[in-house]
Amino acid sequence: MLELKNITKRVGADLHIHPTSLVFKPGTFNILLGTTLAGKTTLMQLMAGLEKPSLGEVWFGGVNVTGVPVQKRNVSMVYQQFINYPNMSVFDNIASPLRVGRVDAGEIKRRVGAMAELMRISAMLDRRPSELSGGQQQRTAMARALVKQSDLILLDEPLANLDFKLREEMRDELPKLFGERDCVVVYATTEPTEALLFGGHTAALHQGRVVDFGPTGEIYRKPASLTGAQVFSEPPINTVKAVKSGHIISAGGALSWVAPEDLADGDYTVGIRAHHVTPFETIGSVPVDGTIKIAELSGSESMIHFDAFGGDWVSLSHGVHPFEAGAKATLYADMASCFYFAPDGSLVRSGEAAGGR
Amino acid sequence: MNKTENQKAWFLVLPVLVLVAFNAIVPLMTVVNYSVQETFGNNVFFWSGISWFEDVLRSPRFHAALGRQLTFTFTILAIEVPLGVLIALAMPRKGIWVSVCLVLMAMPLLIPWNVVGAMWNIFALPEIGLLGNALNALGFDYNYTRQPGDAWFTLILMDVWHWTSLVVLLAYAGLVSIPDAYYQAAKIDGASSWAIFRFIQLPKMKRVLTIAILLRFMDSFNIYTEPSVLTGGGPGNSTTLLSIDLVKIALGQFDLGPAAAMSLVYFLVVLLMSWIFYTVMTRDDEANQ
Repeated sequence: MLELKNITKRVGADLHIHPTSLVFKPGTFNILLGTTLAGKTTLMQLMAGLEKPSLGEVWFGGVNVTGVPVQKRNVSMVYQQFINYPNMSVFDNIASPLRVGRVDAGEIKRRVGAMAELMRISAMLDRRPSELSGGQQQRTAMARALVKQSDLILLDEPLANLDFKLREEMRDELPKLFGERDCVVVYATTEPTEALLFGGHTAALHQGRVVDFGPTGEIYRKPASLTGAQVFSEPPINTVKAVKSGHIISAGGALSWVAPEDLADGDYTVGIRAHHVTPFETIGSVPVDGTIKIAELSGSESMIHFDAFGGDWVSLSHGVHPFEAGAKATLYADMASCFYFAPDGSLVRSGEAAGGR
Repeated sequence: MNKTENQKAWFLVLPVLVLVAFNAIVPLMTVVNYSVQETFGNNVFFWSGISWFEDVLRSPRFHAALGRQLTFTFTILAIEVPLGVLIALAMPRKGIWVSVCLVLMAMPLLIPWNVVGAMWNIFALPEIGLLGNALNALGFDYNYTRQPGDAWFTLILMDVWHWTSLVVLLAYAGLVSIPDAYYQAAKIDGASSWAIFRFIQLPKMKRVLTIAILLRFMDSFNIYTEPSVLTGGGPGNSTTLLSIDLVKIALGQFDLGPAAAMSLVYFLVVLLMSWIFYTVMTRDDEANQ
């Protein structure tokens, strides 16, 4: 079990990681979700012991390991760049952590062989990393990380530098690789879809703070705060300030709809994800007038950026819906699926899950 | 598909061809021309075949100069390359000291070569030079204008001072291009600093080091200005490197034929050795492809 107890990282005058407490159980797949510079890598380095927290403690398996250097912990890490020893063969690369650990030659051969089999790079064992494709190089790096039976495996955006098709493939395989292990796996990503695909637990990071932590599906449907919802929405979540009074909620003077009964009167920030805003009317949807900025039409989806309520709104829908840039248009927001956030940003009611939180 | 014949493209290559002809081919062919003829005054020439080449290759004087040249080049390579890598490893990677170090390192490279020679000439003078005087004060019998050993010592020290920076700068460029993740990965593996050097830094520096070694080899093999200003090839012939000897024959004695033959042999030696260096150092890469 990995426990972060109130850890803080300060570099000069900047607070890179605000006081953070997290508990990761063995055998779980944990995701750190956040944009670039949200603090994912720093947090991982703190977990690994590559960096020392300015304040707070790191506990592993009930032992305080704060300040224990990384080589004395049983940790592996995979990076976004494909990190392998350039002039060693793939076999020697995978074997390197075992050799440092003084495992005997027969055992090394067996374990490296098995790992290469699992990673489907058995045919490449004699080659050097530079002779492999990007995907194979990253498989080699992962094999190196997995071969040594670590207690903690950290994966820092390992699929980010792979091309789309390979990424899809590895996304399918990854959870299977960790399925039977009794270690803590932490996986950093910038992509909400990747987090949803892997499931497990997700910690949403924003500017060095963990803004939300819980089972992935749950924090997607019920983010703790507006910031949490923003981290966990791609394309970005649409927001508008609204006032509830009586049975009616009105936003920006132009938009009003019937309020959910369980909502108290007052000011709210309403958040609605892009796929709940569509170019066609549905039952219970509310018309939103705006000016089209860009319409990105891929084969099966339309992403439409438009100006509404003085902000940038995005609509994501199935099918191809051509819109002309600069034109006035009406899109329809399914307000039954929106989030209501209090003025301080905390979630009051989620339309994506039954009941409030 | 129909291809239209268009020979106009040749005209586009012409300027380069003319340029190369004037700065390389024509001078080289002139030298070739001299090397196969006996030259008298009043532009009278006689065909002499390959006799000058035979003379040069059999000449003990040439052998001695070539020997000195090889000794010089391999000595400075053996000092400058490891020293340059060590300094590069010791240099800071971030912070304000980076620019300070880089400027300090670049300084010797910015000084004109004849000035370097003159500086060291004065610096090493036994009576008034700072280095010469200090060495004598410490009890060494040091006089680079009289003792061949001292002349060599000064010559090599000067070259190391002047050119190690080049190796440092290239090696440093190679080092800073290694992503932090490599060092972290090695740390996680528990690799020693020797292992980090051997398996990460050295392989990642290999390309720039190949260039550094090649540049230093060619430059030091062709060196003329600095030793000529410092010692003028003396005392005696003790520091007469190939280029200095060549100039003595060509301009001092005005023996155009032997000088031309020697130039060509010299040129071929540099070419051949550069090729050997390059092939050996990149052999691993080739084998990988």
